[in-house]
Amino acid sequence: MNLEIIGITVLGMFLFGYIIIASIDFGAGFFNAYSTVRGKQHILTKIIQRYLSPVWEVTNVFLVFFFVGMVGFFPKTAYYYGTVLLVPASIAIILLAIRGSYYAFTTYGGLKHKRYVVLYGLSGLLIPASLSIVLTISEGGFVTIEDSGPVLDYWVLFTSPLSWSIVVLSLTAVLYISAVFLTWYAHQAKDEAATNLMRKYALIWAAPAIIAAAGIIVELRIHNPEHYQRLIDLWWLFALSVAFFIGTVYFVWKRHSYWLAFWLLIGQFSLAFLAYGISHYPYLLYPYLSIYDSFTNETMATALIIAFIAGLGLLLPSLYLLLKLFLFNKEYVQGKRNDHV
Amino acid sequence: MGNEEAVFFSRILTELTLSFHIIYATIGVGIPLMIMIAQWVGIKKQDEHYILLARRWTRGFVITVAVGVVTGTAIGLQLSLLWPNFMVLAGNVIALPLFMETFAFFFEAIFLGIYLYTWDRFENQRKHLLLLIPVAVGASFSAVFITIVNAFMNAPQGFDLAGGQLVNVSPIVAMFNPAMPTKVAHVLVTAYMTSAFVLAAVGAFRILKGSNHPYHKKALFLTMKIGLIFSITSAVIGDFSGKYLAKYQPEKLAAAEWHFETEEGAPLILYGVLENGEVKYALKIPFALSILAHSAPNAEVIGLDQFPGDEVPPLYIHYLFDVMVTIGMWMTLLSLVYLVGTWKKWRFTASRWFHWLIVLGGPLSVLAIEAGWWLDEVGRQPWILRGIMRTKEAATTSGQVDLMLLLFAGLYLILGIGSIVVLMRMFRKNTVEQELSDRAAERSGEVL
Repeated sequence: MNLEIIGITVLGMFLFGYIIIASIDFGAGFFNAYSTVRGKQHILTKIIQRYLSPVWEVTNVFLVFFFVGMVGFFPKTAYYYGTVLLVPASIAIILLAIRGSYYAFTTYGGLKHKRYVVLYGLSGLLIPASLSIVLTISEGGFVTIEDSGPVLDYWVLFTSPLSWSIVVLSLTAVLYISAVFLTWYAHQAKDEAATNLMRKYALIWAAPAIIAAAGIIVELRIHNPEHYQRLIDLWWLFALSVAFFIGTVYFVWKRHSYWLAFWLLIGQFSLAFLAYGISHYPYLLYPYLSIYDSFTNETMATALIIAFIAGLGLLLPSLYLLLKLFLFNKEYVQGKRNDHV
Repeated sequence: MGNEEAVFFSRILTELTLSFHIIYATIGVGIPLMIMIAQWVGIKKQDEHYILLARRWTRGFVITVAVGVVTGTAIGLQLSLLWPNFMVLAGNVIALPLFMETFAFFFEAIFLGIYLYTWDRFENQRKHLLLLIPVAVGASFSAVFITIVNAFMNAPQGFDLAGGQLVNVSPIVAMFNPAMPTKVAHVLVTAYMTSAFVLAAVGAFRILKGSNHPYHKKALFLTMKIGLIFSITSAVIGDFSGKYLAKYQPEKLAAAEWHFETEEGAPLILYGVLENGEVKYALKIPFALSILAHSAPNAEVIGLDQFPGDEVPPLYIHYLFDVMVTIGMWMTLLSLVYLVGTWKKWRFTASRWFHWLIVLGGPLSVLAIEAGWWLDEVGRQPWILRGIMRTKEAATTSGQVDLMLLLFAGLYLILGIGSIVVLMRMFRKNTVEQELSDRAAERSGEVL
């Protein structure tokens, strides 16, 4: 195993972590807004606030980790992606700001406004859509290198079926992941009404999510045959992933072992993510940038890996404490404790 | 859009984001320490007022942290979006502290979440206080690591350039550059100082608005005491910063002090105007610049005559220096007089106009922070990485920076107004008197 692989693995872990916990966060916000508009907010709001409020800053750090680590391990990505992503990334920052300020102003500040709840919910769908553009661009065909530097062709991007399939996948996945998790969480909180509602959402969004994922593989065949071929070579990973997916749906359907359903879902997405990552290797941006020609120097890479291991030693126990206090603490989850400042 | 425009708008957008973010960042670094001190005093003295002080500060603090997270994410991404060429180089040499900063913040965010939601959960209040230590440590270390990156931009080292290629990279040497000790210390101490004076301003304002409760008097006295300690420390570190500049960045010092000719026994020039290259109406302190630069009244201080015209920073940074130093001195004096006056029971330190001065000190301290950062950043021009890369070579080639500038200006406006409105509402609706009686009622209920 060389340093480049270790580097991209570290980044992959953070990206995956972000995808999962941010999906829960984004989807929860959307369901909350949706039920508020339909006048049923009492069912979900409490559950969502109890889970999200203590952890949202942690969610955001995963994203920061990913892009700071990216520039650290693969500095040349700053040149390629930094230049072309000015507009999409700026829009994503604005949307993230809407979410952050929602917590600041409503949860902590007590400013309650229906319009804000809706804005917050919608931002949860728009952020994955705007961030998913990065994955689309990485497949190549959207960026050309001019004399002035890399340029993104927005027309090609917005008329490509691939980019829209990825947007659809990001949206359906967000709603699906979030619904499965919240079913489990609501069940733990012994909130019957919320459990049933979230279970319904989970079942509704299961099929669209898996169809959208399959659709991307089809799109890739035309758009990037090289990547497609490598994906097909890893068919067994995808098959395993689908088996996990069926398991999740089964348990949710049977109202049985929601915790297992959620962990199977994690398994499903991590296998699919792993297969996607392996098949994308070695490119960071088809065909201009690979993990080898963009890699930092050896001393920096070693230093970053040491810092990463030391940091994990500090973080994992703290994260465990956080989860223990808020996610796995029965009294807190069931709303018997608040203790907020 | 030509690239000159892209450079121009990138600079404006970065300046805007940093100027906005630094308010929240400074408060974010300083306030956890203040909360910690208040809660500690409260536990030691078994005084409910100090505990409540910690509690109310925490409530305001989470709002500023949440906004700071947003603006911090913005500047973190904007570095790559607006200065891609710089980040390629920086990524290779100084990525380590950037990476460690995210860990420090991660640590802070986790424990802040825990601290917030565990008030009253512990029988022993000391255990709850323990949870605040990682928050304060994480916050301060975030500042340390980010400031190290900024120090590196002022005094780059830890690598060699051979034919445009980076060789012999040493991240540790890059981190411990000559600018690092003074800059890190200065940023930390002024963050504590500013936070203390901002909180003092809040306390003084409540007293002026008619609240006679001892709670506010205790708050004011505590924060003024902390403010005085850190403003004296800031002055001492500021003196070291002058010596650092004289040795490693003489053009910055010379531009900030309007020191044109290299000479011995140089005077320190405060304020004044430049007319045809001559300084008029200025306050001149004989030998002071030589003392600031080299601790000796007759030492030689390098002037701007030693530098080519295109390597001299804009001369208006002189006023930024003046504003920063004047406010620093003023706040030291104000807090000293207040403490002595309160101790000796002088009439005028208890007067309304003196409290108004303390209220004014809050925004003034924030202004000093802004002036200090503008001085640092503009004073490094034309370089983004001193002596290695010019700012104009580092910027993006994208044509949409002006549009993004408008977008972010709108965002910061909304966030700024939002945080002020929410903070004011929060404390107006829930007064100290109300909360103290509620808590007393709650406790007697428990006894029954």
